[in-house]
Amino acid sequence: MAKFEISRRKFLTGASLGVSGIMLSGCDAFDSQLGIGDGLRSFLENANGLTWRAQRLLAGRDSLAPEFTEADIRQPQRPNGVTAPDDDVYKGLLANNFADWRLEVTGLVEKPLSLTRDQIMNMPSRTQITRHDCVEGWSCIAKWTGTPLSLVLDQAVVKPQARYVMFHCLDTIDRSLAGDVKYYGTIDLIDARHPQTILAYGLNGKPLPVENGAPLRVRVERQLGYKMPKYLSKIELVDSFADVGEGRGGYWEDNGYDWYGGI
Amino acid sequence: MESVVRSQSATGPDTPVSNEKTLIYRQSHWTRLTHWLWAISLFFMLLSGLQIFNARPQLYIGKQSGFEFNNTVFAIGAENTANGSRGYTEILGHRFDTTGVLGWSGPAGQETARGFPSWATIPSYYDLGTARVVHFFFAWILVTTLIVWLVASLINGHIRRDLAPRIDDIKRLPQDIIDHAKLKFHHTREYNTLQKMAYGGVLFVLLPLMIITGLAMSPSMNSVLPFLNDLLGGRQTARTIHFSVMVLLVLFFVVHILMIIAAGPINELRSIITGWYRTDPPAHDNKPAKRNS
Repeated sequence: MAKFEISRRKFLTGASLGVSGIMLSGCDAFDSQLGIGDGLRSFLENANGLTWRAQRLLAGRDSLAPEFTEADIRQPQRPNGVTAPDDDVYKGLLANNFADWRLEVTGLVEKPLSLTRDQIMNMPSRTQITRHDCVEGWSCIAKWTGTPLSLVLDQAVVKPQARYVMFHCLDTIDRSLAGDVKYYGTIDLIDARHPQTILAYGLNGKPLPVENGAPLRVRVERQLGYKMPKYLSKIELVDSFADVGEGRGGYWEDNGYDWYGGI
Repeated sequence: MESVVRSQSATGPDTPVSNEKTLIYRQSHWTRLTHWLWAISLFFMLLSGLQIFNARPQLYIGKQSGFEFNNTVFAIGAENTANGSRGYTEILGHRFDTTGVLGWSGPAGQETARGFPSWATIPSYYDLGTARVVHFFFAWILVTTLIVWLVASLINGHIRRDLAPRIDDIKRLPQDIIDHAKLKFHHTREYNTLQKMAYGGVLFVLLPLMIITGLAMSPSMNSVLPFLNDLLGGRQTARTIHFSVMVLLVLFFVVHILMIIAAGPINELRSIITGWYRTDPPAHDNKPAKRNS
């Protein structure tokens, strides 16, 4: 019968080959090359652009995110990020039930707007039961009601040179040496005009709660949660986001998340 | 047993059946190239994937994560106990203490709450955004490699000749299992039945399933392939399958390495680096496979 013979040298050779792969990970070997702006990371980030183009090609302008039924709403929408803005301006508006709140629509538009909450709620609305996918991995299904963003853009008449919609928010997400960092984000005009992209003021049949972004938040259903800012105050049409924040197109993007949060 | 010392291509030597150990050309350059690209991309995807998992070290079944109801099937976490902080891993409701590795780990005195320990993740520090950059870069490499391998292997006959199971393979399976259990290895041109099952399972089941469940987690791809999540049992089930396939791939890797060590690492490595493989004498007889080198 066969004996299992293995020489010490053979064993060491094989074992070291196997183990070296694991030890290599010890795993800070790559850390110094992976910071934002580092060469290796910038190279690897090219894949994000590839993903964006591939998904754009496949999903086109109008393919719809799956919608669900009332039976799928089994829990409140889980809030995350900032859930109770501590900003004086926001707290003042909240104290007055947002009667003084306005949504400004500015930038590369023919007709800048300043809309009250009632004006927005009197526009045609859309209600959709969709799944919120957090970049961290969890999901939650809820019913959202709001005004299609495309209607607001049409009303403001977007100039041809505009390429992105920038959302400015009332909440301070971070504090840096340069001062408070307000949440902000950008999407392109294809996602902005998508039929399921709405400015939501209702959640599960009730007014949008503070923890979920009252008085108004964005829903961009083909992207991850961090692409859907809460506590909106201003929509700005821009041709570039290079000069805002760290120039990567949003608060989380400035912290290393990819700009097209479709995956 | 049939003689298997047969040169596969014009590049191989015209090998006569002899009782001498013979070098044959076993792995085409496509097989070798894609093998190492897989090794590299799976290495980076595993370690960045564990980092991504650390952002939410829990797995659920269904369309969504249960916060007000319980559909958690797997969780890694940390808890305060009378003995200080402890790490735990919970599988289908059964809890295990995994302090030092899963849930609570780090250098002595500087332990932190962490799903997988820092030595097992890229980057080592907690950074979801960076882990995603690494993960998706190598996802493209992995998928491209799989497509290249598939096309090349259909054209050069690798799949038909070496991987496709035959009637003989099924007949040979019991003996093959016995041989493996005894660590008795035949060094031939052909893959044995268990090898065909393992390689075929990885290439035609696990890797495609990994890619499909990965795509099913993308909200953008959900709008393109809305049936995918229904087919898989929901977005969170897809995530759970994605993780489970990772565990199976790691198991495959461990067994793969053990088999290489047992079967003669130098010969095995030579064949996957240069293509040339030293075979044993054709096993007309029942002699145990000789070891080489």
